[in-house]
Amino acid sequence: MDIVVLFSALVTATLRYATPLMLAGLGGMFAERSGIINIGLEGTMMVGAWAAVYGSFLSGSPWVGLLCAIVAGLVVAAMHAVASIHWRANQVVSGTAINLLGAGLTEFAMSKIWEQAGQSPRVTAMPEVVNLPIVGKLNLFIYIAFLLVLISQIALWKTPWGLRLRACGEHPLAADTVGINVIKMRWYGTLLSGFFAAVAGASLSIGMVSRFTNGMTSGRGFIALAAMIFGKWSPGGVMLACLFFGLSDGLATICQIEGIRIAPEFFNMAPYVITILALAGVVGRSTPPAAEGIPYEKAH
Amino acid sequence: MPKAGKALRDFLGELTVPLLAIVAGLLVGVIFILIAGKNPIAAYGALLESVIGAPHKVGETLVSTVPLIFSGLAIALAFRCGLFNIGVEGQLMVGSLATAWAGVVFGGLPWYLLMPLCILFGVVTGAAWAGISGLLKAYRGVHEVINSIMLNYTALFLTHYLMTEHFRDATGKAGSPPMAEAALFAQGLIPGSRLHAGLFLALFVAFLAWVFLWKTPWGYEIRAVGFAPGAAEYGGISVKWNIVLAMLISGALAGMAGAVQTMAISGKFPDQSSFSGYGLDGIAVALVGRNHPGGVVLAALLFAALDYGGRNMQAVAEVPKAVIMVVQGAIIFFVAAEGIWRMMKNRKPKAEVKTA
Amino acid sequence: MLKLTGVTKRFGSLVANDHIDLDIRQGEIHALLGENGAGKSTLMNILYGLYAPDEGTFEWKGQQVKIQNPRQAIDLGIGMVHQHFMLVPVLTVAESIVLGQEPGGFFIDMKKAIADVEALSKKYGLHVDPLSKIESITVGQQQRVEILKALYRGAELLILDEPTAVLTPQEIQELGQIMRNLVAQGRTIIIITHKLKEVLQFADRVTVIRRGKKITTVDAKGQTEEELAALMVGRHVTLKVDKQPATPGRVVLAVQNLKMKCQVGDGEVRDISFQVRAGEIVGVAGVDGNGQSELVQALTGLRKTTGGSVRLLDQDITNRKPADVREAGLGHIPEDRQKRGLVMDFSVAENMVLGEQRKYSSWGLLQYRQMTELAQKVIAAFDVRPPEPDYAAKSLSGGNQQKVIVGREIHREPQLLVAVQPTRGLDVGAIEFIHKRLVAERDAGKAVLMISLELDEVMSLADRILVMYKGRVVAEVPGPEATEEALGLLMAGGGTHA
Repeated sequence: MDIVVLFSALVTATLRYATPLMLAGLGGMFAERSGIINIGLEGTMMVGAWAAVYGSFLSGSPWVGLLCAIVAGLVVAAMHAVASIHWRANQVVSGTAINLLGAGLTEFAMSKIWEQAGQSPRVTAMPEVVNLPIVGKLNLFIYIAFLLVLISQIALWKTPWGLRLRACGEHPLAADTVGINVIKMRWYGTLLSGFFAAVAGASLSIGMVSRFTNGMTSGRGFIALAAMIFGKWSPGGVMLACLFFGLSDGLATICQIEGIRIAPEFFNMAPYVITILALAGVVGRSTPPAAEGIPYEKAH
Repeated sequence: MPKAGKALRDFLGELTVPLLAIVAGLLVGVIFILIAGKNPIAAYGALLESVIGAPHKVGETLVSTVPLIFSGLAIALAFRCGLFNIGVEGQLMVGSLATAWAGVVFGGLPWYLLMPLCILFGVVTGAAWAGISGLLKAYRGVHEVINSIMLNYTALFLTHYLMTEHFRDATGKAGSPPMAEAALFAQGLIPGSRLHAGLFLALFVAFLAWVFLWKTPWGYEIRAVGFAPGAAEYGGISVKWNIVLAMLISGALAGMAGAVQTMAISGKFPDQSSFSGYGLDGIAVALVGRNHPGGVVLAALLFAALDYGGRNMQAVAEVPKAVIMVVQGAIIFFVAAEGIWRMMKNRKPKAEVKTA
Repeated sequence: MLKLTGVTKRFGSLVANDHIDLDIRQGEIHALLGENGAGKSTLMNILYGLYAPDEGTFEWKGQQVKIQNPRQAIDLGIGMVHQHFMLVPVLTVAESIVLGQEPGGFFIDMKKAIADVEALSKKYGLHVDPLSKIESITVGQQQRVEILKALYRGAELLILDEPTAVLTPQEIQELGQIMRNLVAQGRTIIIITHKLKEVLQFADRVTVIRRGKKITTVDAKGQTEEELAALMVGRHVTLKVDKQPATPGRVVLAVQNLKMKCQVGDGEVRDISFQVRAGEIVGVAGVDGNGQSELVQALTGLRKTTGGSVRLLDQDITNRKPADVREAGLGHIPEDRQKRGLVMDFSVAENMVLGEQRKYSSWGLLQYRQMTELAQKVIAAFDVRPPEPDYAAKSLSGGNQQKVIVGREIHREPQLLVAVQPTRGLDVGAIEFIHKRLVAERDAGKAVLMISLELDEVMSLADRILVMYKGRVVAEVPGPEATEEALGLLMAGGGTHA
């Protein structure tokens, strides 16, 4: 295969793998920046993926599907928000519950609606657009993801809202004393994580494969968390970390295409091993927002 | 003895939240059974029947309980040191592999040597895998959730590689050859089921875990580090070392889960493309069991019953087994939301009162 | 200008504020005086909207108002500088000041923010660098940022909660000048304090709060310290500790040329050389942040040193682990009782053996009976309430928690007792008790090294006083000869060292 085609395949594979991760990673980041740990990204992605497929199935339009996914993601996030913010639950536990619930609810819905062994019929997917040089057309979700990274970067670092959000995650009492509504900001952070995770799930289902399969997220929600830490809780960092993960997966695909005799497992393993090495050595201590995971109690 | 009485009272007091959560979770299940258009009573009845309806069914439920006890203990112990060991899946997997390997390589030994040896291999390997996480966390500050997830996938792909490249059995299928007979737990403690002596081992280990945490100075140190690392350090307790120790013990327990399963149920290490699920279930078990060995045993029993009964509920009452996952998730959710129970009981948590 | 009527606040069964009436006149400096735990901060937190009162009304400039959150307080023109600063370490000074009221529309206009901060800074003489991060500026500078925060929001009434805890005597004078400037520019100030001297120096009027109740409001002029103290505590108080002169014996602690890297002064604590003998109390005075904490950490094995030596009796304990240092005969009453001194979730009995848990085990099992007996002994000797070894440490009051720690450390009969801020946040009764015990230890032939930010405490307890400034020991003064002016000067870097 000639080099251009190979390169195109690599880039495409990288972007396809990275996109859901980036979106989910942004979600986790916004929540943690506001002070809420949301490890329920996996379950939320699952719900989003399914809702997108169902919406597209009912209406024939992927946009309706996307909308359904977003609504579903916000509902799931709201549950986590109520539990974490108002009931002062252990946020890691709540997130774990959401992961289980997400898997269970989607599987339940699948068995109710389409009794086929765990897979939905094909639905209308998001189109591929914009004829780029070399790589050709890419799925719209990829563009959406990068756009959202840019918007997030600006929002977090350059706007009053972003400053206040970060304050809530570092020192909520200080934020409270200057009149910031910490509860509201943490709701924003959590709802955003639901929004992003759901879009991430949608990007998997109606973006990549045009259908829903039980358990299709296969741990991507957790990898997104790794990317978030690797990316030091900054949108740009998250993006780079996800691209790195995507590249690794892309290389594995290339090797298979080319028939290169390196066991694919090594490429599968590589991102994980490299992440550990990087976190342990090069990247330096990744410090999360100081007050994350600690419920904020207004000492009334 | 006042001390034992207090321990029992504390334990029972701790039960209220999980019990309420279980009831609430089951109610959520009722809702979904209704949505599925089936009769909840028939559904839960089928579940119950398939768990305790016949001796062999009880046996099978107990079979499912064993790995959950080990896995739940692993996670509970790590939590006691303030660590979230999501890496049980990977630790369990490498433990299984090591056990299977030992069972083949040392197959000539008599059972009273071979079995402990196999368990030892599983335990040590699991501990070592977790030890990597512990060292990374203690000495390089890498968060254990991240590094253990990374190690999980590393374990998955590494074992997959080893199976496909180096271990193909006679029929060319990837996977280890079966272990020697002498390495296996005898099944059938309850006739008709696969119940094995591993259950007693699990219960014994749970008891040991309780003794370790509350009756020994090392358990004291781990709990101190989990509650208050600053105070522990001040008191001369090494935070770093205890993080590693807790992960080692946790990994050992995870390894034991894998070892016992291999020695009792599978008899070999098949090629796997996904995780066993005991690690994730173990999280649920540990949380519902409030990170207490006694609670873990009870919660393991509950989740095993739900799992096993759920499969039959699908066959008999035609209720999708996904409902069980929803019930389990709901139970965990309600356990997490302790705040509501406290609010309902109108009891304020004992917090530091701000004055002056 | 401001009138509070019948403000009541309960926390469970504790009545923090009991029908307090307060009236503040425009343009005055009004002191709220009371000992630790009296309810002063609670009252002001209610005024600032952080707590909701159970009863009471507020009248601001003649109008009835309700203040339900800080935003409303800020909108009315009330600003508060808390005792523990409300600053986010990773933000810059400018960001911290404008947080919540950022200039610009969709995007933060950082240029304007910086300009505004510089203008305010100049106007009130509060010098700060807008671009530094909070975590890298000194405590004194952080306080200025806090004041600027309030002024940026147009505060007409400024509440200062224990502002002088972190300042040298000279800086306290500067603060007094700043307060007078602010008043001259039309502001009103409420200052919360437990320090009698400051009340007399700065305040126009003073309201005394005791155990949640308002006792009286008087003009500050014409009061004496003793009179105020009596009002504050409700009985006659000896302001000085009775003690015999010291009879120092052998050298217990010998520190020689100790140095370490840290965030103090020019990046190092160094040239630390001093001795502590049996039968004496050596006090270390200094403003917070001049290396005292780091020195203690080095002595107790919690921090690595880069040079010099520490000898305890005949053992070299330089850079040894905390467990070994304790073994050698050092007892440590730590600065932060909640983070360091106790495992809050453990029972009193479990906390009693912290550090010695292996000694209280046999055959690998903890001996709970012996632990409980020990706890009961210490509880009785130190009057810890409630006297229950099984109670979780977090359910005890601050004073009792401190007694547990002090009791534990003293019971182990260390040759050297290192006490850091031993009476922080305690009421007068507990303070008296602990001071008496420290003197008793000294009279029993132990060596005591006491680090305190309260100059009064150092001056009344110590036989010899070391002053730390910017990471060095800059002076050694015999106790009886020490004066506040001299010490204050040394604490601020004046005196013999450049």
